[in-house]
Amino acid sequence: MALLEIRSLSKVYQRDSQAIPVFEDIDLDIDTGEFLVLMGPSGSGKTTLLNLIAGLDEPTTGTITVGGEEVTAMSRRQLAAWRSDHVGFIFQLYNLLPVLTAYQNVELPLLLTHLSKKERREHVMTALEVVGLSDRADHFPRQLSGGQEQRVAIGRAIVSDPTLILADEPTGDLDAKSADEILTLMQRLNREFSKTILLVTHDQRAAERGEAIMHLDKGVLTR
Amino acid sequence: MKYARLIWVNLTRNKRRTILTALSVAAALFLFVALRSVNTTLDDARQVGSESRMMVRNAISVVFPLPEAYHSWISTVPGVRRVTWGNWFHGIYQDRRDFFPSFAVDVDGYFDIYPEMVVPEDQEQAFRRERTAALVGTGLMERFGWRLGQTISLTSLIYSPDQAWPFTIRAVYTPLPGWTDEAFYFHYDYLYEMSEWTQPGWYILELEDPSLAATIAATIDEHYENSRYATRTETERAYLAGIASMYGNVGLLINAVGIAVFFAILLVAANTMMMAARERASEVAVLKTLGFSDRLLFGLVLAEAAAITAIGGLLGVVGAKLLFEGTGFQGMGLLPGFEVKLRTATLGVSIAIVLGLISGLLPAWQAARLPVARTLRRVA
Ligand SMILES: Nc1ncnc2c1ncn2[C@@H]1O[C@H](COP(=O)(O)OP(=O)(O)OP(=O)(O)O)[C@@H](O)[C@H]1O
Ligand SMILES: [Mg+2]
Repeated sequence: MALLEIRSLSKVYQRDSQAIPVFEDIDLDIDTGEFLVLMGPSGSGKTTLLNLIAGLDEPTTGTITVGGEEVTAMSRRQLAAWRSDHVGFIFQLYNLLPVLTAYQNVELPLLLTHLSKKERREHVMTALEVVGLSDRADHFPRQLSGGQEQRVAIGRAIVSDPTLILADEPTGDLDAKSADEILTLMQRLNREFSKTILLVTHDQRAAERGEAIMHLDKGVLTR
Repeated sequence: MKYARLIWVNLTRNKRRTILTALSVAAALFLFVALRSVNTTLDDARQVGSESRMMVRNAISVVFPLPEAYHSWISTVPGVRRVTWGNWFHGIYQDRRDFFPSFAVDVDGYFDIYPEMVVPEDQEQAFRRERTAALVGTGLMERFGWRLGQTISLTSLIYSPDQAWPFTIRAVYTPLPGWTDEAFYFHYDYLYEMSEWTQPGWYILELEDPSLAATIAATIDEHYENSRYATRTETERAYLAGIASMYGNVGLLINAVGIAVFFAILLVAANTMMMAARERASEVAVLKTLGFSDRLLFGLVLAEAAAITAIGGLLGVVGAKLLFEGTGFQGMGLLPGFEVKLRTATLGVSIAIVLGLISGLLPAWQAARLPVARTLRRVA
């Protein structure tokens, strides 16, 4: 059984009386340890799909199952707990909390666990080490470069050891060199730590880092 | 608590706004606590006076005197053990704003009726012997840096204001709890000699039995009802309560101010929290992607709102306490010392916290219900 199973998934936005279909009847399986890339033109519904997988939005029809748990059947409260355990989200614009240091940003997901302060510290330092920012733990986001900020965000996404990492154009706002570092890091997460990754990108070179590329266009998903 | 830092950094990220909000709450609470303390103090004042002492005063007003001749008749009323009298002198020492209560009293009878003032035996004798001697409370001695045996000069706002009245401090009293330590007493005879028209301001009776008070009051007041100087006789407690009520209907004022204060806090705090919540919508959305539950985010916003008003409330209460107790205001020396009671302080801070929580309800609810996908799309 695949880690992620999407069945007959449709999303139709309702704006006033007008129905705006994004995609209809999508099926998708992702296996544990896969590094999958999702490409497609702007507005094709890539972000929408990621949000649905993460339980941040509700599908119009269809089901999403992750590790045997049906995400689309969960209550808001169950979804929050489930996200905390299973999903690491990486955004294009990093979305770090500006008032917290790199360390504190990475620690955020762990506040939701029962870990002690000392255990949290160990996990955070490990995550920062993986993303190569051990020496920047006490820096605030504004004291970091874009690439470093994104690495902190990746640290935050992996610190609670999630089942699934969802990345929405994580290199979209970075220069080539920084983007390269981020992609190398993600490859490492996949190979070294066996993380299952779904990466959304517009960049062909970024896409080549994945194991397989999918295209979403005009509501149709092809693999 | 592990979320404390998150609340704290949110509180301090817009320091000026947080401080201004806390200060508004502080000002409102200061007002509330101050007024409420006036009220509790006046309530206490209504309890101070003795039930076994009665005051006979002019029926028109306490500022009009009574004839000296009344003394001997009142002494014969059944149930009256002793009668003495006093007079309001309104003495000034150097600066007329530096108020303290001063009385010319019937030295032979006065201190028998008022056991609340403790005076060493030798000083009492010295005070009784000398016509210009004064008996002064410990607090007043301290306030003006006076010494026993020192001769000081007062002027009176009532008796020939230009005249200097020399007094020699012969005795210092220590008050029992509830009695002022800032009063100044001297011989009625001295006042009588220096001004031709003096009459007793009021008579003080000591009763054989407090339960006789009503009968005695009726007897005296009926006796003088049709004379030129009609009297009003009441227990000391009732008399002081009457003076206390000269300060106006404070209870009503406090209720009005209280309600205004609550609304002010509510609006100010709610406004701040709404602004903060709006600015932080995207961060709330991000926290939700990390798995922060609706309930937790609701709690975090509430806690932040309560923290602001709690800080402001504490500031206001402490400020009121310092101010009141620092000035030692005693309302003409007839009231027990002004005090911000623990009860009032606790009430004030609790109100601030509760109002903070209420003001945080709407933004907290908004944070909890925030649609993640749409919010993130708006900023991206
Ligand atoms: N809340 C909404 N209400 C109405 N329409 C929406 C809403 N959210 C998204 N859409 C529409 O759904 C479509 C898919 O949007 P989505 O953001 O998923 O695209 P995308 O593939 O991520 O695009 P991009 O590459 O630009 O990020 C777009 O046409 C968008 O306008
Ligand atoms: Mg997108």
